[in-house]
Amino acid sequence: MKPFSYERVSSPAEAAAAAARARGAKFIAGGTNLLDLMKLEIETPHHLVDVTGTGLDTITETDEGGLRIGALVSNTALASDERVKRDYAVLSRAIVAGASGQLRNKATTGGNLLQRTRCPYFYDTNQACNKRKPGSGCAAKEGVSRQLGIVGVSDACIATYPGDMAVALRVLDAVVETVKADGTTRAIPLGEFHRLWGDTPHIETVLEPDEMITAVTLPKPLGGTHIYHKVRDRRSYAFALVSVAAVLDAEGKGRVAIGGIAPRPWRVESADAALPDVKAAARALTQEASPTDQNAFKIALVERTLAGVMAKARGEAA
Amino acid sequence: MKYTTPAGETVIDRQRVVGQPTTRVDGPLKVTGHAPYAYERHDVAANQAYGYIVPSAIAKGRVRSMDLAEAKAQPGVITILTTTEVDELPLGMGHTVPLFGGSQIRFYHQALALVVAETFEQARAAAKLVRVDYERTPGNHDFHALAPDAPLVEGSDGPDVSKVGDFEAAYASAPVTIDVTYETPHESHAMMEPHASIAAWEGEKLSLWTSNQMIAWSKQAVAKMLDLDPANVRLDSPFLGGGFGAKLFVRVDAVAAALAAKKAGRPVKVMLDRPLVFNNTTHRSATIQRLRFGAERDGRLTAISHECTSGNLAGQEGENGIAQTRLLYAGANRYTAQRIARLDLPEANAMRAPGETAGLMALEGAMDELAEKLGMDPVELRIVNDTQVDPETPNRPYSSRMMVECLRRGAEAFGWDKRNTTPGGWREGRWLIGHGMAVGFRNSVQMKSAARVRLSGNGKLTVETDMTDIGTGSYTILAQTAAEMLGLPLEDITVTLGDSDMPASCGSGGQWGAQNSTSGVYAACVKLREDIAERFAMDPNAAEFADGEIRAGGESRKLTEATASGEIVAEDSVEYDDLSQKYQQSTFAGHFVEIAVDAYTGETYVRRMLAACAAGRILNPISARSQVIGAMTMGVGGALTEELAVDTRFGFFVNHDLAGYEVPVHADIPHQEVIFLDELDAIASPMKAKGVGELGLCGVGAAVANALYNATGVRVREYPLTLDKYLDKLPAV
Repeated sequence: MKPFSYERVSSPAEAAAAAARARGAKFIAGGTNLLDLMKLEIETPHHLVDVTGTGLDTITETDEGGLRIGALVSNTALASDERVKRDYAVLSRAIVAGASGQLRNKATTGGNLLQRTRCPYFYDTNQACNKRKPGSGCAAKEGVSRQLGIVGVSDACIATYPGDMAVALRVLDAVVETVKADGTTRAIPLGEFHRLWGDTPHIETVLEPDEMITAVTLPKPLGGTHIYHKVRDRRSYAFALVSVAAVLDAEGKGRVAIGGIAPRPWRVESADAALPDVKAAARALTQEASPTDQNAFKIALVERTLAGVMAKARGEAA
Repeated sequence: MKYTTPAGETVIDRQRVVGQPTTRVDGPLKVTGHAPYAYERHDVAANQAYGYIVPSAIAKGRVRSMDLAEAKAQPGVITILTTTEVDELPLGMGHTVPLFGGSQIRFYHQALALVVAETFEQARAAAKLVRVDYERTPGNHDFHALAPDAPLVEGSDGPDVSKVGDFEAAYASAPVTIDVTYETPHESHAMMEPHASIAAWEGEKLSLWTSNQMIAWSKQAVAKMLDLDPANVRLDSPFLGGGFGAKLFVRVDAVAAALAAKKAGRPVKVMLDRPLVFNNTTHRSATIQRLRFGAERDGRLTAISHECTSGNLAGQEGENGIAQTRLLYAGANRYTAQRIARLDLPEANAMRAPGETAGLMALEGAMDELAEKLGMDPVELRIVNDTQVDPETPNRPYSSRMMVECLRRGAEAFGWDKRNTTPGGWREGRWLIGHGMAVGFRNSVQMKSAARVRLSGNGKLTVETDMTDIGTGSYTILAQTAAEMLGLPLEDITVTLGDSDMPASCGSGGQWGAQNSTSGVYAACVKLREDIAERFAMDPNAAEFADGEIRAGGESRKLTEATASGEIVAEDSVEYDDLSQKYQQSTFAGHFVEIAVDAYTGETYVRRMLAACAAGRILNPISARSQVIGAMTMGVGGALTEELAVDTRFGFFVNHDLAGYEVPVHADIPHQEVIFLDELDAIASPMKAKGVGELGLCGVGAAVANALYNATGVRVREYPLTLDKYLDKLPAV
């Protein structure tokens, strides 16, 4: 771990200003991913701005009938909120499908959106990785790639966004609210928040360096059946091979987003439109796929997982 | 005590303490955080500095030069020990390649330097600034590419091939045959506590507080590697956070700490980073195993062939997957052979139940396939092929063999007769339900083991031996043994373990620990009883020890009378002669598994599992059960998820952390049942006990794979059974 300076701030505006003052600064909240990466010197911020004192830890109702989730609301608090469990169950289910109880107690809503990929070549600093060291190449593409992405990836990087929470937020059309050092705020639809890798896989979101997430808002409840199905090799504490977040009506119409296959939670309009036709929806979701030999199975797995989710929505035996 | 003939009735047979379900005597220490593990022994030596290893970034080649300037200039750095400043260390026991020294690089994450600093963080930060100039050499990293041309393993008596009868002729004429090939992956021990050591010198005397399973072996190894008189080496390892064979032999943490402590002039502590556990230490080699069986229509095997290829660095054998096939089933015509591919990967070595774990994953899968082809109950197929003698050497009987009883008892308790025999035929909602079984087999090994017992003036007894407790329950069963022998309550016994200044035990490995270390304590206690009896002119053979007293001939004396003039010390060992040549000594299990497979996604979960085990006297049903359920859990990991993924271009295990190398979590293992059959094996040990710690793993993988077949109708012969290997063969959705 490289030496770094550290300061605590008490408001979002102060946080953004602090980040603007110190180039290469990072915000830290739960630190469940950042600290690991700093120990491995994959992240080497010179300055940390601790935002845990900014008071963004409440969930409030919006005028539009939705919820505003403070950026510092913990995963545990969010997943167990009665309103979330009642009206946005897919979100609650997605969160508890991830990490462990201990990590969810520390991890925050804003931080979770920014967690970095789990590609093993990103984590091993001896290996070429365009995300870790731009221009060094991608060791994963011809290497061990079973877990990695099949759509939205590029020649430069085939990593995935690894999280669960964001997949549910995507299906719910959540919006990320931010503030910058100059006081300006933005509302970024979640579908536009994570970038596709392209030639710059080290730039993972549209956030600017001094821009801080203050909240995530949810539109008014959609109703329907909320399902999150995460397929993984073991039953807990593993990243998704494929996950499906779905909000469906009794006929199987609605919307789906897929995790574990792309640089961002993967949602395709034509797939939603094709529901309840599973084959057509799956085709729409994976038609641009460029898998490796090791992860080509994810194409079939998307379709089969989607079929399982539809069966569940229809009320077929669990 | 020379154990040459099977014991008759002994004090242990009373089973007032031994054999009772006693909770762990070291449990309170562990749950309160007071059990001292190697890296946290802050009190054993003052002024400890922290060492951090600089690992090689390449798998093969050499170090041209190292630039230490920037690292040395970092705050807190005391010294840097580099591999090029010492000659290659001699090989210690069990090592295939040197642990440290010289410029040659033979595997990824080989230790090239140790940065020593005042704090762990300083050492780690400076270690990243050591610049190494490498000369890369192409290597052989691809086991599958090399396996077809792998040569036979050369043993001391020539190639490792065994032929009995005429396999080819019997196979050609058998009415029912199968010919199948199974593959098992490279696996990691992945124990909770990484390797760790603290080293301190007093003149020429080296002390190592470490985490090691085999203290006497390792003391000799350290002495050899560092060119020291063994009398000047002390190892202390009272608690280990698991080992599974990864800590049978000294690893680089110990020698690097020792060399750096000398250089720094103060104690140095080193723990291996988690990635180094995977690439710097040892692992179980992958295997490719071909099995051919010929059988009569009634299931009797007439021809058995098992060929296993594994891989390793030059100089060491690989995974002996054929070992159990030479012993497990009857059959007149047999062929077994072992091949080894020379790989430039980290060193393969013993991992829990080496040989049988991988071997049974193939053998017992093949038996299931044969049963299906015969239209036979897989349990009955095993039973008709039972043997009570070593099938390659029929004049060598088993000391005791209850395979059939394990299968019958296990099948009944599990409800095997209620299973569905049509593959893919049992569906509950989205879940395909399947049942599978396999035989568990693992040898029981006799090893010399010594102990000292001290009866103090207050009538309390201390047991001293360098035996280790790697989470297995050694403290508890040794205390039980001493308590039984001297008629003392358990709380009057103190057990001290893991110190090389104490009598050399068998150590922990190969499931030989329990039966031999308790037998060593038994021998020392026999001597102590004789000493006490003589002091009162009593006949030691007629004397009974109970309630802190010795009683004989109607007379009764308190043990504290015997120690009134000072403590009484007795030391002895158990040593064996030729009982293991005359008798085949093995343990047996019947493993039964129920799994559920998501018909949509292929996710596979074990719903329940049961093991019926015969392993001689069960010294403590609680700790023995813990051993077996832990092993069963490891077996599920090996069946479903565990695989060291090799990057064949660069020669390393890519998933080198506990997020990437997936061992089972609690949610993966819902219900486990263990049944111990009543068995006493007086040939195996004076305690009439055999090993049990590895038996619970042997066969589990195949039972899971067989259940997967039963659930889905898809036979997967390549472990681990991840869903990508059968998803396209599941029913359409």
